[in-house]
Amino acid sequence: MTREALLESRGISKSFFGIRALANVDFEVRAGEIHALLGENGAGKSTLVKILTGAYRRDAGTIALEGRPVSPRDVGEAQDLGIGTVYQEVNLLENLTVAENLYLGRQPRRFGLIDRRRMEREAKALLAGYGLHLDVGESLSHYSVAVRQIIAIARAADLSGKVLFLDEPTASLDAREVDLVFGILRELRSRGLGIVIITHFLDQVYAIADRVTVLRNGERVGCRAIADLPKRDLIGMMLGRELDEETHHRAEISAEAAHAPAPIRFRDFGKRGSVAPFDLDARPGEVVGIAGLLGSGRSETAFLLFGIDRADSGHLEIDGREVPLASPPEAVKLGFGFCPEDRKTDGIIADLSVRENIILALQARRGWAKPLSPREQAEIARKYIRALDIRPPVAERPIKFLSGGNQQKVILARWLATDPRFLILDEPTRGIDIGAHAEIIRLIEQLCAEGMALVVISSELEELVAYSHRVVVLSDRRHVRELRGAEISTQSIMAAMAADPEESAA
Amino acid sequence: MTWIATRLRRLAPQLIALALVVVAITLIAPGFAHVTFQNGRLYGSPMDVLVRAAPVALLSIGMTLVIATKGIDLSVGATIAITGAVAASMVAAGHPLAVVILAALGVGLLCGVWNGLLVGLIDIQPIIATLILMVAGRGIAQLITEGVILTFNRPAFAFLGSGAFLGVPMPVILWVLTGLAIGLLVRVSALGLLIEAVGINRRASMMIGIRARFLIVFVYAAAGLCAAIAGLIVTADIKGADANNAGLWLELDAILAVVIGGTALSGGRFSISASLIGALIIQALNTGILISGWPPEFNLIIKAVVIIVILALQSPVVANSLAAAARVRADLKEPRRSRT
Amino acid sequence: MSARAPLIRARNLPFAATVVIFLAAYAFCVAQFPNMLSTRVAGNLLTDNAFLGIAAVGMTFVILSGGIDLSIGSVIAFTSVFVAVLVRAGVHPAAAFALALAVSTLFGAAMGLMIHGLSMPPFVVTLAGMFLARGAAFLISTESVPISHPFLDQLTGLYYLLPGKGRLTFLGLLMLGVFLLGSLVAGRTRFGANVYALGGGIQSAELMGVPIRRTTIQLYALSGFLAGLAGLAYTLYTSAGYSLATVGVELDAIAAVVVGGTLLTGGSGLVAGTFFGLMIQGLIQTYIVFDGTLSSWWTKIVVGLLLFLFIVLRRVILLFHERTGRSTDQRAFAGG
Repeated sequence: MTREALLESRGISKSFFGIRALANVDFEVRAGEIHALLGENGAGKSTLVKILTGAYRRDAGTIALEGRPVSPRDVGEAQDLGIGTVYQEVNLLENLTVAENLYLGRQPRRFGLIDRRRMEREAKALLAGYGLHLDVGESLSHYSVAVRQIIAIARAADLSGKVLFLDEPTASLDAREVDLVFGILRELRSRGLGIVIITHFLDQVYAIADRVTVLRNGERVGCRAIADLPKRDLIGMMLGRELDEETHHRAEISAEAAHAPAPIRFRDFGKRGSVAPFDLDARPGEVVGIAGLLGSGRSETAFLLFGIDRADSGHLEIDGREVPLASPPEAVKLGFGFCPEDRKTDGIIADLSVRENIILALQARRGWAKPLSPREQAEIARKYIRALDIRPPVAERPIKFLSGGNQQKVILARWLATDPRFLILDEPTRGIDIGAHAEIIRLIEQLCAEGMALVVISSELEELVAYSHRVVVLSDRRHVRELRGAEISTQSIMAAMAADPEESAA
Repeated sequence: MTWIATRLRRLAPQLIALALVVVAITLIAPGFAHVTFQNGRLYGSPMDVLVRAAPVALLSIGMTLVIATKGIDLSVGATIAITGAVAASMVAAGHPLAVVILAALGVGLLCGVWNGLLVGLIDIQPIIATLILMVAGRGIAQLITEGVILTFNRPAFAFLGSGAFLGVPMPVILWVLTGLAIGLLVRVSALGLLIEAVGINRRASMMIGIRARFLIVFVYAAAGLCAAIAGLIVTADIKGADANNAGLWLELDAILAVVIGGTALSGGRFSISASLIGALIIQALNTGILISGWPPEFNLIIKAVVIIVILALQSPVVANSLAAAARVRADLKEPRRSRT
Repeated sequence: MSARAPLIRARNLPFAATVVIFLAAYAFCVAQFPNMLSTRVAGNLLTDNAFLGIAAVGMTFVILSGGIDLSIGSVIAFTSVFVAVLVRAGVHPAAAFALALAVSTLFGAAMGLMIHGLSMPPFVVTLAGMFLARGAAFLISTESVPISHPFLDQLTGLYYLLPGKGRLTFLGLLMLGVFLLGSLVAGRTRFGANVYALGGGIQSAELMGVPIRRTTIQLYALSGFLAGLAGLAYTLYTSAGYSLATVGVELDAIAAVVVGGTLLTGGSGLVAGTFFGLMIQGLIQTYIVFDGTLSSWWTKIVVGLLLFLFIVLRRVILLFHERTGRSTDQRAFAGG
């Protein structure tokens, strides 16, 4: 493994508005290798890729392609240099035909007019090179996501031909389709391309990658050959923990409470293509932690529990009775609450005031005809602004002007105002400052002590260990393990994440 | 008191614009501001503005709610023609007045619900969904009037268009009352807040448990109902129904009134009273140009300039560059990790 | 996965539906009134719809890109008055035509510039354009301005006699030419491909290297040019310029485009489809004339019904795709 680097970057740094996104990151790809770029949310993967593919300008560092320094100013320039990208949201146009997608902007012409026949012939030949035979004159939307992905890869490889960046190329593919795409990637590797894939499916990393670079918090943790790297070590690199590090587990629940039948019982709950059927019990005064790497089905589980995605299997029992759950209004009526992971798009109503954001869920449950009076609204807002220490303590300020931590508190307040019996929190501490972070964890413990049933999804394992009574571990869109009481530790959670799916399912 | 202050601050740009327009016209045509009281009712150019603004003002009430949900309703002009045709044909056939009015309102509601179902339930883009009724509506209206301009002579019904109550012309009373009724309905109940939430962030609203589909059907139904009232006034005013021309292009004026009123086409915060002032501004311009002796040809050009200026000020590009400084400050305060 | 092209590709289904509806409608008409199967009727159909057809080609491009142009009716009126006044003032019609086309093209380009530069919705920008062009037409003249000039007579007198005494007039030919050229531009040039790409999604198109700014401006300039040309056709057709004319023509054009199988949200459709959409509208009118007892408003109702049919057909095709081709978005939203 002493081959020279095809694309080599040294000391890349980048900040946004004074916030550091990448610090002094080295990264290299060799010709004829598949290199996995890994890291949790916010690690800096996409910033790095955007810098290398010309979408962002770097603040510091050097990039060299085949030994020559390069500095692509935009995606097109990177493309001309030979650096291509296939984004997660497939960057093709579904309304155009397969051939048009492959040749948009560089259609073969004859007498100034596009030579459609030649274009389709060439497209057909190009795809045949990857073992794909299809009607290239049909709309892209006619074909499956896997085929679209292959076409996107074929276009990028044909346009660029040296280095290829693939962002989550298999995110929405089934096992057979993944094999299809991997076949293409191996073919390109054998042609001498350097391929970088970003993925959160570790099994796939082991199936296809030669080397792996792990980023965490904008820094490079390391670059290793995949053959010498046990999966548990890889997870340790990603989550930033040594395996012998011990975190103390504090939460306890009384034995009789733990064995009493749970009042909220999800049975065989699942949705095809989202999360495999699972059982989940929620008891008052108990925190169920949900752990899993990005893409393991964490948020999908939350969407099912709150009726945002409709489960296609299983049922929900509350207090021993089976009840329907097919939409958020039904979930709210049952006394459920849900703080989503993506605060900006799923959580806040940006232009409304803090007061309005707080009372909205309660108002939605009461229905439009039973408005909360201005005085009631002001009282509720005042109560929660004080209880959760929302700053600035101004009820009439639009929520968009608050910091992330305070927005999160407002969304929590929104649900607390409905006096829920079951609260689902998806990454409640992501992207907020240290002070607010500690406050939210204290709040989770306090709500639990007051007898609320909670499900908390988090990628911060220490946090989960600290407050969870039980931890459900997800991997590959399945609930693979449930840890209770003294079993809960960061090691046991990581071990469960790393375990072979077949083994742990047994 | 603070409530009044907040309201005034919200309406200030529109009120100032209206005042400027009125002052400008008065300078050019001093007779403009003159109001007299004769034969038990008020006369004069200002009254004329208030009366003639009625159809657009009524449409703008419903349109405000529709636009607040990020929608648009192109069909309200056609709905005026349909309800007008229904009313005129029923009056001509001698039905009791109450039945006529209820039937016209019912038909308007039906038109609105049709649009609402297409947009809310089948998820067709508002501009496309309402285009169907915009095209077919006039045909339907002509079907009802059998292609002729239906006229009638029923003073009791004509009163809606040309009568006066306590000196105030009926059309003015009707649009003010409708504005008050719908404004109070949405602001005293929680409808207004829920509509704004859906318009600002439909996805988050649904996750909160707000029934967005119901609200969408509601706003289009309200738009249909307002169009029906406008249709009654137009019909009563000319004592007949002209399926071809009744309400023609009024949807565009209504959209313009809402935009002048400061409700963004991208949905969210809305103000019905600001839209009503917007409708008055449009009508004041029309009347002003007329009485100041300028050729009425200028009317459309002035309208176009007003739209361009207002929309340019609201455009994301201009708004962004204005907000850029503020955003940078906010971002500095909030340590936000970029998402991968 | 077969590599052979099927008889009708799924992407051409709406176009095929339009053609089938047209043929069925024509067959129905002929069954009722055998006289409608004549070159005379066909020739009139082309001549009477010439100006609308020319404008509808421009509208097709704009709609394919995901935009809309509400100004074309006003631009047609403006062009007709502008030309009429110039000709009356002694300018040679050919020069007047060239000047009018230049003005309308620039007007369209200016709207495209605003749409892109201020990222404002095409709906409102072209609405302002609609008021502006109509107002400008009023400023020139509010009266109908009749014109006559040997050059114009020459043009209107031109026709090709079809077997069966039908006349393929200059206007009919002009429209057919515009449709042919339009088809060629849409289907066989990079500009056309970029327009489709824009309609598929501006962001994706940008990522794939489509020059958004240039294409947007060219697009609305093209629509302005064709609206201007339609205005010239209208002037020839009526031998007059009138600023109050062609109110609402944009609606008829949009209807022709959508009934022609083009997706109103952009990205999919054919210029040829618009031709059949236009002919279906023309056919309904002709049928009503032949029938004599039916009234003209049935045109609007039937066109409205067809609009509804095509919008729902599109919706059904989309849902079908989401069911069969697996959705990319695993979190496809079910709530409401």
